[in-house]
Amino acid sequence: MTDIAVIDYGMGNLRSVAKAIEHVAPHLVVVVTSDPEVVDGAARVVFPGQGAMPDCMREMDARGLRAAVIEAARARPFLGICIGLQMLFESSEEGGIAGLALLPGKVRRFPAAAMIDAHGEKLKVPHMGWNEVHQSSAHPLWEGIPQASRFYFVHSYYVEAGDRGIVAGTSRYPFPFACAVAARNIFAVQFHPEKSHSAGLRLLANFLAWQPAHAARAAGAAIAESGER
Amino acid sequence: MGLAKRIIPCLDVTAGRVVKGVNFVGLRDAGDPIEIARGYDEQGADELAFLDITASSDERDLMLHVVEKVAAQVFIPLTVGGGVRSVEDVRRLLNAGADKVSINTAAVQTPRLIADASARYGAQCIVVAVDARRVGEVGAPRWEVYTHGGRRATGIDALEWGRRMQQLGAGEILLTSMDRDGTRAGFDIELTRIFSDMLEIPVIASGGVGSLEHLVEGILRGHADAVLAASIFHYGEYTVRQAKEYMARRGIEVRL
Repeated sequence: MTDIAVIDYGMGNLRSVAKAIEHVAPHLVVVVTSDPEVVDGAARVVFPGQGAMPDCMREMDARGLRAAVIEAARARPFLGICIGLQMLFESSEEGGIAGLALLPGKVRRFPAAAMIDAHGEKLKVPHMGWNEVHQSSAHPLWEGIPQASRFYFVHSYYVEAGDRGIVAGTSRYPFPFACAVAARNIFAVQFHPEKSHSAGLRLLANFLAWQPAHAARAAGAAIAESGER
Repeated sequence: MGLAKRIIPCLDVTAGRVVKGVNFVGLRDAGDPIEIARGYDEQGADELAFLDITASSDERDLMLHVVEKVAAQVFIPLTVGGGVRSVEDVRRLLNAGADKVSINTAAVQTPRLIADASARYGAQCIVVAVDARRVGEVGAPRWEVYTHGGRRATGIDALEWGRRMQQLGAGEILLTSMDRDGTRAGFDIELTRIFSDMLEIPVIASGGVGSLEHLVEGILRGHADAVLAASIFHYGEYTVRQAKEYMARRGIEVRL
C-alpha cells in the first residue's frame, strides 16, 4: 500500500518533494510514480510541477495520468504544488491552453506594466524568493504556521480564482494574488513547501495528518493499515 | 511587506569536500558539505550555492552525491554550478536534488544550451553565471565576459550577453565582478545596477563582499535581488543571521 504518491510526469525535480515528505514522515511509504494504477492506489496524492504549463499538460497526458489525477483530486487528500496548482484551473495564458478545470479561474502572467513596488522600483519576473503568505481562512494545513510566514516562490504566472471562496492564502507582488486554494479534499499552493524550511515542512506534515470531510476514501485508515506492517 | 531580498552563502566543493579560499588562510579543507550546509540553513540562509571546482569526472560524481545528501536534509533551494556542459548534466544535477543549475563557460561555447535546458526544465532552474571584467574607462564603463573561472577573455560585451541570455530563457543571472572577486572591497556597484535595471529577471550580485555594509550596498545601490558571499561567512566573521539583522536595520526586507 502506498501512503503517498508523488505524481511524476517528467517535469522537474521531484526528489525534493519526496525527500521533504520522507523527512516529516519517515514511517510512511512515499512513491514517486508515473503509473496511473499506483496513483489510484495511494491514500494521498501530491501533484507537483515545474516548467511550462503546456509541457506539463502534454507530458501528463502522454503518460495517461489525466484520469488518475482527476480521480485523486475528487476523492482523496490532494496537494497541488506550483504548476500542479495552476493545472487545476480552467485555462492559462501560458500557451493559451486549457487546464483540468477542477477549480474555477484562470492562470495569468504577471503583467509587465504593473510590476512596480510601493517605492517605484521595478519588480522582477519570475517572482523568485521568499514572500509572506497571508492566510485568508483557517484550514488544517495552516495549523501551527504563523500568519505572514514566508514561503519560497518561483513562478511567472499566478492564479486568478473565479471564486473567492476557494482562496486560502494570498501573497503580494505587487498586488495580492491567490497563493493557496482549498476546496473539499484539494489544497494547492503556488509556493514550494518542500523548499520553504520549517514553515514548508509543517505544511507538508499537516497535509499528511489532514482528514478532509469530503474525501471519499478514509485516508487515515489506509495509513493506520500501513503502520501495522 | 513583500518579497525578501535573499542572502546566498556560496560553498566551493572539490572531491566531495568544501574548501576554503586560498588567499586568506592558505589552502585547507573546510569540512563536510552537509554539516556546513546545515549550519547555514540553521542561520537562516535563503538559498545555498555549491560551486564544483574539481576537474576529474570521478570527482564530479562525488558532487552528485553531495547534492543528494544535502537535498535530503536541507529544505531550502540549492543552486549547483561548475562544469555543466550539456542538457544531460542539467538533468543529472536536478535529479540529484539541485533546484537550479548555474552555467557559465558552456553558455558562451554553446548559447543554445541555455535555450534547450530552459525549454526542457523551465527558466526557473536555469541560472547563467556571468563573470565580467571591467575594460572601459571611468565615465565610459564597459565590461567583458570571461570564462573558465575567469581565466579566458571572450571579447563579448557583458551587458549585451546578459540581455541575450534573458532572451534565450535564463531565469536568473549570477553576476560576478572579476575585478572585485576575492578583494573584499565590495561589489562593483555600477555593473550590478546597470545589469539589474536592464533585465526583467532577478540578478544575484557576487564578488568582493568583505563587510555587511557591502551586502547593503549591493541591494540599495546595486539594485540586486540577492547577494552571494563566501568568505565573510566561511571564516565565521559573521553569521547569515547577523547579516540579515544588519540589512533589516538598514530598511531592507529580509526573511528573519
